[in-house]
Amino acid sequence: MEKHLLHITVNNEYRELYINPKRLLVEVLRDDLALTGTKRGCNTGACGSCTVILNGLPVKSCSVLAMQADGAEVATVEGLAEGGKLSPLPTVEGLAEGGKLSPLQRSFLDHGAFQCGFCTPGMLMSTTTLLKEVKKPTKEQIKEAIHGNLCRCTGYNSIIRAVKAVAEGEYKEKGR
Amino acid sequence: MKKFTVINTPVHNIDGVAKITGRAEYAFDVKLPHMLYGKILRSMYPHAKILKIDTSKALALTGVKAVVTGQDTLGIKQGIWRRYKELCDEEILARSKVRYIGEPIAAVAAVDEDTAEEALDLIEVEYEPLPGAFEPLEAIKEGAPQLHEHAERNINVTRHIEWGDVDEAFRKADHIREDWFRCSSQHHVCMETHNAVASYTPEGRLTVWTSTQSHYYIQVLLSWMLGLKESDVRVISRYTGGGFGSKFEIDSAQFCSSLLSMKLFKPVKIALTREEEFMATKRRTPMFYYLRSGVKKDGTFVAKEARVFTEGGAYTSMGATALYLTGFFQTFPYTWPNYRYDGYRVYTNTTPSSAMRGFGAPQATFTAETQIDLIADDLGLDPIEIRRRNAMYPGYEVPGQATIQSCGLSQCLDKIEEWIKSRGKLPPNQGIGIAAYGFMSGGIFNWFDTPYAFSSAVVQVNYDGKVDLYVGSQDMGQGSNTTMVMICAEELGVRPEDIRIHMGDTDNCPVDLGAWGSRETLMQGNAVKMAAADAKQQIIEFAAARLSPNIVYDLDIKDQWIHLIARPERGLSYFDVVKEAIRGKDGQPIIARGHYTPHRKGMISPAYSFGVQAVEAEVDPETGKITLKNCVTAHDCGQVINPLGVEGQLEGAMAMAAGYGFTEDMPMDEGKILNPNLVDYKILRSTEMPETKVVEVETYEPEGPFGAKEAGEGLTNPTAGALSNAVFHAAGVSIKNLPITPEKVLDALRKKEKKGKKEKE
Repeated sequence: MEKHLLHITVNNEYRELYINPKRLLVEVLRDDLALTGTKRGCNTGACGSCTVILNGLPVKSCSVLAMQADGAEVATVEGLAEGGKLSPLPTVEGLAEGGKLSPLQRSFLDHGAFQCGFCTPGMLMSTTTLLKEVKKPTKEQIKEAIHGNLCRCTGYNSIIRAVKAVAEGEYKEKGR
Repeated sequence: MKKFTVINTPVHNIDGVAKITGRAEYAFDVKLPHMLYGKILRSMYPHAKILKIDTSKALALTGVKAVVTGQDTLGIKQGIWRRYKELCDEEILARSKVRYIGEPIAAVAAVDEDTAEEALDLIEVEYEPLPGAFEPLEAIKEGAPQLHEHAERNINVTRHIEWGDVDEAFRKADHIREDWFRCSSQHHVCMETHNAVASYTPEGRLTVWTSTQSHYYIQVLLSWMLGLKESDVRVISRYTGGGFGSKFEIDSAQFCSSLLSMKLFKPVKIALTREEEFMATKRRTPMFYYLRSGVKKDGTFVAKEARVFTEGGAYTSMGATALYLTGFFQTFPYTWPNYRYDGYRVYTNTTPSSAMRGFGAPQATFTAETQIDLIADDLGLDPIEIRRRNAMYPGYEVPGQATIQSCGLSQCLDKIEEWIKSRGKLPPNQGIGIAAYGFMSGGIFNWFDTPYAFSSAVVQVNYDGKVDLYVGSQDMGQGSNTTMVMICAEELGVRPEDIRIHMGDTDNCPVDLGAWGSRETLMQGNAVKMAAADAKQQIIEFAAARLSPNIVYDLDIKDQWIHLIARPERGLSYFDVVKEAIRGKDGQPIIARGHYTPHRKGMISPAYSFGVQAVEAEVDPETGKITLKNCVTAHDCGQVINPLGVEGQLEGAMAMAAGYGFTEDMPMDEGKILNPNLVDYKILRSTEMPETKVVEVETYEPEGPFGAKEAGEGLTNPTAGALSNAVFHAAGVSIKNLPITPEKVLDALRKKEKKGKKEKE
């Protein structure tokens, strides 16, 4: 099959690569860009392990063709990191800036909001987007935001507490 | 000085930063140079003879490198009970007969997954379909289709437990109640599906990266199946994306990728799809449960009889243990003076059932606790009171089976009673149900007939005072790495950040049976504590010369400070002493070993955890819909090691157990699973979780490290029973058939209404 040129900015890095146009975004991220932090739990859009932020919205990267993430409008969307331009397409590897964990990441540690860790990247991407969109989400809004992210270990409540703590300003100061 | 410097303080998961930054490398993420991708062809029939397999067209496809079938294996039938031939019945790649839909028949290695997938369609298999046996109560009948030659009436194993004089005791009972229950299946649904990367090199060594709960078991089973020496198989599993009982048997990804790699001398990766995961990995054992219980008018338990038929599926797997444990835990956590249990595991043409978190005990607890509330209702007794009257207590002996040492059950009952009272009168259609439970803290099952200690650990103290801790346990998310680091730090007298843990690699880690049976905290914990104590003793010997105590036992290390116990301010820096000590040893590090095997500690476990859970639920009488409102658990896990870890285990177990109780099921039609995906198979989502609250009841377990017991698996036991009792108290109907779905509730409500009307007439 003829390969297509994909222009993509991931975690603030602009990349160009030739890919088979039927490949999924999750495959390109994991296999071509070695960003294996993004997981794959079902490949049918049902589990949320592969969630990344595309154009500011959390999407399941197993349900997006890589070529759908191609083009200029992707690159123009504002980033998510505090006080700076973050990539329109961050994966979990892009959350920590210069070795500094993001407030949510620190809160996840403090609240034990993960166990096996396989759903965690997806959880972080969904909740990062939520906090970008809604400054002080209610518990119900947090639950809704991760409704599409399955977790088999934690029972979700520790994740909800972790997000709530960030929303309430407990993690404002710069972390490690 | 404080009793503990590390233990009982919330400590971050030591694998946490790697996990939240996406750096943690699971086997699923492993990619090696020249790696090929494999796919597995699986049976489409529940029961059939394989007459012929033609792989020539698949092999001819461009990009396909190899195809293997059962003919490429040594033909070994494996099982986890190495000593019992008749229980080793699974070939993994079937040679002449398939017994369930999804059973592996052939495997392909190709340049990419798509090519491998395409090749599967080109493999021609000629089957002779056979009639199937699907339900255990049918399969056990005379004349039912037989799965295995050696198993008449498809009886795989039977188990019998008995104490007291059951028949005589029933004669003395004031009230006897009989009930039938059906416990459904449940899938583990690990977020990381089963997968493996196998790499065989010309030196004769096989390295397998995989997702497992026991690298040692996989090493042994693979080497046996492949005809290699144990040490020639290296299993690496640094991060495991969930286990819950599904990942300590050898699986098709591990076996097929190894076979292919040995043929090609190239790495081969196989990752099961979510659909394969549902169809062809193991699952919780479905059970038909008959219970007959006799009690006195005041609620004193007199005699119990239980009979269980389990749907075994096609192979033995770990099913015999589930069959025994469900019988054992059926009496828990009570002092039934007379008890008789007969269990039958029946082969069926369905996916094999096996171990899953709780391992037979959730079924036991659901049935027993549901019946206890029915008995209490029959006699007009309070649910808390009837449980308190019969509760196990410290020092109680389960006749011929176990001795209970620490037991905080009655305190747990008190705490839950307090909480229920604090709720006051509930609105209509709401109810609170409770369930009490107990669980083993380290299964005493030497399935493997292994010559090694059950758990072992090595501690190495280096020149800079940093500690390398080598453990055989497996962290699959439950946080055992953090627990072990904390135990080591506490015992040795250093801080958690001084310790590097080495886990999940058969080349570097001592042998340990793995993460199952709630073993890690108690068994691996004891081994770690012993190794750390030995290392500490070696360091103190050096310090003694400088501090000159009366006897060496007057010295201790706490928080990096070596000191006289009576005068803690007089001491030396741990780091300084270690430096001098190692210089004195001509540079050799301080090395210490620890091990643990429970000798003469009963049939099941050296210790038991206990707890009581209350579930508050609302039932919509129009639709039968159940809403979980609150879930409160009072819980005795001995001395808590890491409060952050315990809380996580408790909430997670509750979510999984609530799924078992009311949303999860694996319906089948002639052996075909009807919902093999995460849309139709419903694990709890964030929006369905109730508020959870934990009340710790601390006890001291003499057998556990620092008095600790298990705190992860037992918590899966109570929820289904507490939920069924909540529905009973909210709506007046008892559902004895899991899961408790709106349909079943509505059906029961309508029947109740009809019955009420008839009685009025």
